[in-house]
Amino acid sequence: MPRPADLALILLALGVAALAATFADAAAGLRAAEPALAERAAQVERLGLTDLALFTEARYTRHPSQADRHAAFQDHPFAFEHFPSGALVAPPRPQGPR
Amino acid sequence: MKWLNRQRALLDFALSSLRRRLGKTLGLALVYTLVVAVLASVMLFAHALRREAALVLAGTPEVLVQRLVAGRHDLIPADHLDAIRGVRGVKSAEGRLWGYLFDPAAAANYTLMVPTDRTIEPGSAVVGSGVADARGVAPGDLMSFRAHDGKLVQFRIQGVVSKESALVTADLFLVSEGDYRRLFGIPEGRFTDIVVTVRNPREVRTVAEKIDAALPDTRIILRDEILRTYESVFDWREGIVLLLLSAAILAFGIFAWEKASGLSAEERREIGILKAVGWETSDVIRLKAFEGMVVSLGAFLGGYLLAYLHVFHWGAALFEPVLKGWAVLYPDFHLTPFVDELQVATLFFFTVFPYTLANVVPIWRAATVDPDQVMR
Repeated sequence: MPRPADLALILLALGVAALAATFADAAAGLRAAEPALAERAAQVERLGLTDLALFTEARYTRHPSQADRHAAFQDHPFAFEHFPSGALVAPPRPQGPR
Repeated sequence: MKWLNRQRALLDFALSSLRRRLGKTLGLALVYTLVVAVLASVMLFAHALRREAALVLAGTPEVLVQRLVAGRHDLIPADHLDAIRGVRGVKSAEGRLWGYLFDPAAAANYTLMVPTDRTIEPGSAVVGSGVADARGVAPGDLMSFRAHDGKLVQFRIQGVVSKESALVTADLFLVSEGDYRRLFGIPEGRFTDIVVTVRNPREVRTVAEKIDAALPDTRIILRDEILRTYESVFDWREGIVLLLLSAAILAFGIFAWEKASGLSAEERREIGILKAVGWETSDVIRLKAFEGMVVSLGAFLGGYLLAYLHVFHWGAALFEPVLKGWAVLYPDFHLTPFVDELQVATLFFFTVFPYTLANVVPIWRAATVDPDQVMR
C-alpha cells in the first residue's frame, strides 16, 4: 500500500501531465484547424465579408461593425434592446475620422 | 534525501489532517473546482473567439464607405464612386450590394449578397451551410421569396458554401446583381456601400480623411475599426459574464477565506499539541501550506481541465444559449483551440496562491504563541 503522500504526488504528476497534454492537444488542434482557418480567411477576402455570422437575429447583431452608431437604440430613442446577444455587444467606441 | 523524506512525512500528515475533515474538504474542493472551471471556460472561450476573429477578419475590406441620411445608413449613388476614385492614393473603389432578407418559412434572417469573386447565373443562388440546414435544401432545389412588389422571385440552388467557413458564411445567400436589384427594387447606379483599396497601406487613415472631406454625407469604416469592434465585443462579452459571475466568485472567496483563515478550536489545539511534542513553527506553517496547496492545486488542475474539455471538446455547451440568443441560424463551428499560456499562468496564480496564503497566515499567528496557552 503506497503512502498517502506518494499517492498524492502521483496524482499531482498526472494532473500536471494532463495540463501539459492540453497544450499539446491545443497545438495539434491548431495545426488541424489551419486549412479551415485559411478557408474562412479566404472566403472573407474573396467575398469582402466584414463580420462573423455568430448572431443572425438582427442586422446590428449580424454586422456589428457596419451598424449605425447606438444601433441598439435605433428603432426609437428610448427603445430597449430586444436580443440577448445585442445586450452583450459593446457600445460603439468613438472611432474613425468622424 | 533527508529533506525530501521530511517533506513526504509532512505531506502525509497534511493529508491525514484533511481526511479527518473529509466532508468539509471534499465540499470545498468541489465548489473550488467548479468556480475555477467556469472562470477558465470564460477565459478560454473569449480568447479563442478573439483570436479567431482577428485571424479570419484580417482580409476584410481595407476601407468601407457608407452613406448616411438623417443618421441612418442609406444607399450610396454611383457618382460617389467617381469622387472616391479621384482621391489621391485610392487604388480602386467598387460598389457592394448586400442586405438582409427575412425568410418566413424558416423564420430566419439571411445576408443577401452579390459576390464580386464569381458570377452567379440569374435565377440561381449559392447558399451558406446554415441556410441549407434551416431550409433543408441541396443543390438543384428551388427557393422562392416575395420581392418588394409582391411578385415571387425563384432561385435554383447552385451550390452550398463549405461548412468549414460557416463561422463567416453560415447565413449567406449569394445571388446575381439583376436578381438582387429585382428583389429589393434597387435601381441601377445605387449600391449598399463602397469598398476602397488604398495604394499604400500606411496612408489608409489619410485617404479616409480625404474621402470624408470630399463626401461629407458618408461614414468611413476602416479595417482596423472592424477588428477593434470584435476585440471590444468579446472583451465586453467576457466582462459581462465575469460581472454576472462576480457575485458567485465573491461569495466563494468569502467562504474559502473564512474556511481557510478562521481557526477552529480543534485546529488551535492541534497546533498546540504539535508544538508541545516538539514541532517547530516552520514545520507547522509548512504543514498548513501543504494542506492549502493540496486543495487549491487540485482545484486548479481539475477546474482547468474541465474548462478545456468544455470549451474545445464539448462545444462550450454552457455558453451556447447566450451566444445563440434568438437567432434561428447559428453557425455550426468548433472553436480553434487558441490557448494563451499567460492567461493560464494568471489563473494559476490567482487560484492557488491566495488560498494557500489564507491557510498559512492565521496558523503563523497561532503557531508563534505559547503551546500551553493554545491548549488550555
